[in-house]
Amino acid sequence: MPRSQAAKIPPSSPTAAEQTAVEETPPVQTVPPPPAVAEVLALAQAGDHYAFAQIYSLHKRRVYSLCLRMVGNPSEAEDLTQEAFLQLHRKIATFRGDSAFSTWLHRLSINVVLMHLRKKGLPLTSLDEAMEPTHEDGPGRSFGAPDLALTGSIDRLALERAMSDLPAGYRLIFILHDVEGYEHNEIAAMLECSVGNSKSQLHKARLKLRAALRTAIQKGEPS
Amino acid sequence: MTCQEFQEQMAELIGSGEDVNNHPHLRMCATCRALLADLQTIADAARELLPVEPPAEDLWQRIELAIQKEDSSLDPG
Repeated sequence: MPRSQAAKIPPSSPTAAEQTAVEETPPVQTVPPPPAVAEVLALAQAGDHYAFAQIYSLHKRRVYSLCLRMVGNPSEAEDLTQEAFLQLHRKIATFRGDSAFSTWLHRLSINVVLMHLRKKGLPLTSLDEAMEPTHEDGPGRSFGAPDLALTGSIDRLALERAMSDLPAGYRLIFILHDVEGYEHNEIAAMLECSVGNSKSQLHKARLKLRAALRTAIQKGEPS
Repeated sequence: MTCQEFQEQMAELIGSGEDVNNHPHLRMCATCRALLADLQTIADAARELLPVEPPAEDLWQRIELAIQKEDSSLDPG
């Protein structure tokens, strides 16, 4: 495809397509994109740089937020967002519409982050070790008095704080499943682990979050 | 079934997609009911509370420069 025409057009001015798609879609989308968005996509696939800038505007928040949650560092998340859109620029002509574009881009972005984490040597490949029960995670430690139930007492800051303290492998699976909405079989394929491993790690991630949130409540920390 | 046995099965029970709330053990165990409610609260909070944030304003300029650089390296002329 023809590569960029290097048009210096800031992608921030709202367009009809942006207005239509201002509420960015979840990873699993079953309805076709609005015509304006489909047109922008087709133009971007044909090498239109302005259309690619619009694609960036439409999806930047979702891609950046995904990267940020997975790595927990704004600067690193921006680098990964940049890499995701560079890969998108290289590959966008190959998108055939078998899945929603947002789903495709989301998956591409996840792969960028996972590759980055693997390069850093984070324990994505030692998931089986994380399945081994520990005293900290074992069932006996997950008991809790009903009067300390979390229901209705979690807010965003408390949850973000607790998530940031999760081990990388636990955080990844929690984000992919509970935040991004992927199924265990999809996560297992992405992380090259078993479905049982994905279920187990998600459960342990939630147990750790629960322990952290309950501790914060007991200490009376602002949540 | 003891609490320990139930909790050892929880990951698989929850991951199966079935309604764990109907499990026989939960009908007689307030502790495990509270645990399950907490885990569901956490999962719900993750879906509902976390914001979608924008990247820095200048990120597009960086991407644009990187695209230009990549294009120029591919251009034999």
